[in-house]
Amino acid sequence: MNKIDALIIGAGPTGLFTAHQLKLIGLDCEIVDNLDKIGGQCIELYPDKPIYDIPAIPECTGEELTNNLINQLKPFNIKFHLSERVDEVKKEKDNWIVKTNNDKIFSTPNVIIAGGVGSFEPRKFSVKECEKFENISLFYSITDKKIFKDKTVTIFGGGDSALDWAVELSKNSKVNLIHRRDDFRAAQATVDKVRKLAKDEKINLLTKYQMSSIKGENKLESIDIKSDDDEIKTIKTDYVLGFFGLIMQLGPIANWGLNINKKTIKVDTEKFETNQKGIYAVGDICTYPGKLKLILSGFHEGALAARACFKLARPNEKYRFEFTTSSKTIKDRLGVKGD
Amino acid sequence: MFLHTCPIFFHDYIYPMTKITYITHENKSHTVDVQNGLTVMEGAVQNDIPGIDADCGGGMACATCHVYVKEDWLDKLPKKEDGEEDMLDMAFEPKTNSRLSCQLTVSDELDGLIVNIPSKQT
Repeated sequence: MNKIDALIIGAGPTGLFTAHQLKLIGLDCEIVDNLDKIGGQCIELYPDKPIYDIPAIPECTGEELTNNLINQLKPFNIKFHLSERVDEVKKEKDNWIVKTNNDKIFSTPNVIIAGGVGSFEPRKFSVKECEKFENISLFYSITDKKIFKDKTVTIFGGGDSALDWAVELSKNSKVNLIHRRDDFRAAQATVDKVRKLAKDEKINLLTKYQMSSIKGENKLESIDIKSDDDEIKTIKTDYVLGFFGLIMQLGPIANWGLNINKKTIKVDTEKFETNQKGIYAVGDICTYPGKLKLILSGFHEGALAARACFKLARPNEKYRFEFTTSSKTIKDRLGVKGD
Repeated sequence: MFLHTCPIFFHDYIYPMTKITYITHENKSHTVDVQNGLTVMEGAVQNDIPGIDADCGGGMACATCHVYVKEDWLDKLPKKEDGEEDMLDMAFEPKTNSRLSCQLTVSDELDGLIVNIPSKQT
């Protein structure tokens, strides 16, 4: 079990700056994120899109902002737990016991939810029966490509993941690639490769089709696909892969007894605390009268929540406000020389 | 002549409104006045019409403000920009009349527009 002063859920800009604020005032913290990389929406949704409203930074991309925040955290040794989703939170005396989907356990008086609009998860097929085959013969990501050898694999999607895997698996499997329209949004070189493989009959390319049903008793047998003008085709297949990008879901947070309205969590504006003592929400996921969903608001909220954490993490000490320009203690923590 | 003293008229004069109808999955129809210049997505969110999540807030970075446009409106709407069709690939059950409502800016030309909201966004 990891005993820490504060646990941050979410490694987006708000989570990162909140960690900085905690470390600056002498508290230790760790960060959990469901994605496999640091940066949250900035990295997953708009790494190349310029942002113009970060104070003192006239223009930067989502990726640059993330890298700058990571740089700002360099003096501190912060432990990141990536590809981990927080599943369970329960109270034990004065601490919250937090458990992830991989059974990592944290014990902490402070949990700061900086979860944006929730955790990123693969978008699934809309056909309900697909659940029955999920992780058996229907997948949204690939961990072991060997299982597809000499089998028929039907891939849905029109982005890089779908096309890259179609090219890769066509070497050793019979591949059907199905997409809802003629255009693909993958890299042009990959699209060209797929079209060539389709021409050479190495990939069976079917466009303007979507899945309409999936069949099989214990084992997947076939799927039906339907065109825009309601023409139905049946395809025999051993495996189905769906690559429709990621969606954001609040996930297990919804069951923690917090005051949730429209995917946001109600907090006060002094500590950014939720209706549960020691659980805070900052950034896009929190709401209060006048809330602005801006990155700069997240920074402010994180700074205040960090101060609130001090009280619960160090009940016998008094928090003293200090400036980074003048405090020797802070300079020591940052590893910079004082004047 | 004293138009400016009449608050309602004055408001309309500065902020022209356009009627947009949203039909939910349960077939409930909501017709609301949306200020020109806002998007069809914002019109739904500001009027508490259920079924439009708009997770990314209008950045064309998610597909959770997805709507189906009544067929006869399809040609009258502004054309899809690059990227909208890409995002629609990730929408729940996209069809040929699918649009992202954050990309539809309300104007006089859209008066009477009817959009259907899908059964879910994610």
